[in-house]
Amino acid sequence: MAYFLQQLINGLALGSIYGLIAIGYTMVYGIIGMINFAHGDIFMVGAFIALIAFLALTALGVTAIPLALLLVLILAMVLTAVWGWTVERVAYRPLRDSFRLAPLITAIGMSIVLQNFIQVAQARGSHSSPSSPAATSCSGRASFTVIVSNIQILIVVTMLVLMTAFWLLISRTALGRAQRACEQDRLMAALSGVNVDRTISLTFVLGAMLAAVAGLLYLLYYGVIDFFIGFIVGIKAFTAAVFGGIGSIPGAMIGGLIIGLIETFWSAYFTIEYKDVAAFSMLAIVLIFFPTGLLGRPEVEKV
Amino acid sequence: MAEPGTSFRQRLSSALADSLIAAIIAFALFSLVLGLRTEDNVTGLTLQPRPMLLAVVVGIVFVGRLLLNLFVWQAAYPLTTPFAKLFTREPFGKRDIVVLGATAALGAITLIVSALLDAPALELIAVALLAFVGLGLLRRGILHFFPDLPYAQIFIAAGILFAVLFPLTAYGLEKIFNLGLPLRYWFDLSILVLTYVMLGWGLNIVVGLAGLLDLGYVAFYAVGAYTFALLATHFGLGFWICLPIAGLAAALWGVILGFPVLRLRGDYLAIVTLAFGEIIRIVLLNWTEVTNGPNGISGIPKPTFFGLPFSPFAEGETFSSFFGLNYDALHGIIFLYYVILALACLTNLVTLRMRRLPIGRAWEAMREDEIACRSLGINTTITKLTAFATGALFGGLAGAFFATRQGFISPESFTFIESAIIVAIVVLGGMGSQLGVAIAAVVMVGGFEALRHTEGLQSFFGAGFDPALYRMLLFGFAMVGIMVWRPRGLVASRAPTIALHDAREIPGDLVGQGRA
Repeated sequence: MAYFLQQLINGLALGSIYGLIAIGYTMVYGIIGMINFAHGDIFMVGAFIALIAFLALTALGVTAIPLALLLVLILAMVLTAVWGWTVERVAYRPLRDSFRLAPLITAIGMSIVLQNFIQVAQARGSHSSPSSPAATSCSGRASFTVIVSNIQILIVVTMLVLMTAFWLLISRTALGRAQRACEQDRLMAALSGVNVDRTISLTFVLGAMLAAVAGLLYLLYYGVIDFFIGFIVGIKAFTAAVFGGIGSIPGAMIGGLIIGLIETFWSAYFTIEYKDVAAFSMLAIVLIFFPTGLLGRPEVEKV
Repeated sequence: MAEPGTSFRQRLSSALADSLIAAIIAFALFSLVLGLRTEDNVTGLTLQPRPMLLAVVVGIVFVGRLLLNLFVWQAAYPLTTPFAKLFTREPFGKRDIVVLGATAALGAITLIVSALLDAPALELIAVALLAFVGLGLLRRGILHFFPDLPYAQIFIAAGILFAVLFPLTAYGLEKIFNLGLPLRYWFDLSILVLTYVMLGWGLNIVVGLAGLLDLGYVAFYAVGAYTFALLATHFGLGFWICLPIAGLAAALWGVILGFPVLRLRGDYLAIVTLAFGEIIRIVLLNWTEVTNGPNGISGIPKPTFFGLPFSPFAEGETFSSFFGLNYDALHGIIFLYYVILALACLTNLVTLRMRRLPIGRAWEAMREDEIACRSLGINTTITKLTAFATGALFGGLAGAFFATRQGFISPESFTFIESAIIVAIVVLGGMGSQLGVAIAAVVMVGGFEALRHTEGLQSFFGAGFDPALYRMLLFGFAMVGIMVWRPRGLVASRAPTIALHDAREIPGDLVGQGRA
């Protein structure tokens, strides 16, 4: 039971990270109907920015952990948002009205560019974070002790706060209304005075900010990042977005949690080598049997 | 953007403002990830500041953007017009001739300077400038004097002739230019390019004709390669027996993987095929008892020439002893070249013939509109599965060839990046265009490979510059750049498969919306 509980906690922490990235996929897919293939790599860039900001702050003498964390968070969110904006501006906006495969190809190209740029610009090999997270242990009934680290609590709390904030943003603010309008009919939204280009750019910026938070949390949780983490994590986050129903923010969060749990329990009870196979099979199964996901709206095609 | 009538002062100030914003954004982008480099030391990670590099990059963005603003985007007469006109039939104006002449002169001067300074990088730039202007003018000249020749056919015929005679021309080119690379290198490169041409043509059936975006094509390549490798190493079967088996095995997997995704559309299909590709790779990696895991399979035999092996000595006759030749390792490689050329031509031929069959027409109809297709009584299940199976068949054949050429395979050769390259070749070539796919394969794979041999660049950037590291970076930029420049692909129009009265070229916008 304690083992189960431990895996549950691990899975929730991992799932929260997936969920944060999944929101970026789901928002972009909802608004322009494309898979932002480079989003996983934006997450990776965010993690690197967070790591470098950490090191820079330490070098500058900012050693108080809460202050450093806050500064790193702000820096990573702002700078990663610029990356997200640039990717949209360079690779997607010129192809806005092009045929559907074109932005997917530029997205794959951008993903390759980001990965290799980080590989070239930074030292090769994996990067471990200097900070070591403290842990709070709760003794279980059996001999096995359930350990909940502060980081895990931080991850889940951050996820809950950000998700609530985003849900409010989408449902209550003018930007959210503009986004939903663009999602339904871009031309009609433009005719009603919504600045479509700006709304889409802001969607990418928001997605990148969340990816930066996920990157920081990933860095704190695992302590090791590498330039290729974006691909696999990105695919799983996309799976999460599809699972929850594309276009739905609570859906992305739930999907992320489910994917995180599946992956953790599979590694704990079956074979760790095939954990990615489990996640990918899940994606196929979900898409085949619930093409609209858990909370998604069915897609109606008019002829 | 400034109107044509605005004064130079206004244009300058708006260009400066725009470039300044671009420079600020560049600074934000690169300040941490480029301006600071993490170094792994004994004491842990440390940071090494690189202010000069950051300043140079931001400066390049500022100046580049300023020049583009002044001379292209906001200019009354954009400097790029004459170069764009090279590729049209519009008449040249005075200014066009001046600009083109200046470019040619610049190229000539650079050539002389590079010869004096002995700088190969400059020479490369000069040759590129001269070749660009020269070939553009040549093209316009030919078009001017012979406007009605069937250029596409001539080009294709020349291409086929070149491919067939390549081993001879390679000898000749080597003698004339003395490029300093062994002959074997040229054959290896051409075999690589042809493998990608074949893979591109194979995937073109699925993506270009049937409109099903498959991001896991490399899975079939892997199935073909592993089928042949396992049959050869366990049962001692030869290449020619295993080739059809590998193809059929891949086709079977095409159907198996095609079944679950029948209901999926567009991007969803893409992501599930990607997942399948990854699943197959992970299984190959971890199923150590059968596939030998990450260590791969080695000792895969080479193909024989009607039973004659290419080796210096064997129990029976060898190729060289049978024909009374001196043994040369190149014979085997030239044979491999012709094998892959034949396989690629087979792929092309089958595709061209199938496009005329009812099933091929059903593929293209399904690509245009699946619902209309179903309403007309076309069985889309069969149509999709045959497309998957046919595409996978050729992927499997190419995989078996890859295994025999390399003699060694491991899961590392079948990563997602391979699928991405093949899809990029198909889409960049112009969906559905056989010629475009071939051109894109040559440009992407050949260009990619050429970056391996850029000693000139190394002398230009200093000894610390390793071009191999930048290859993938440039490859990614090329994918984005070509797509933004020509969203419809390099060959954006093609002759329709069937025509009512006379076959006219159809514009790319009408070919293949890629809806699945």
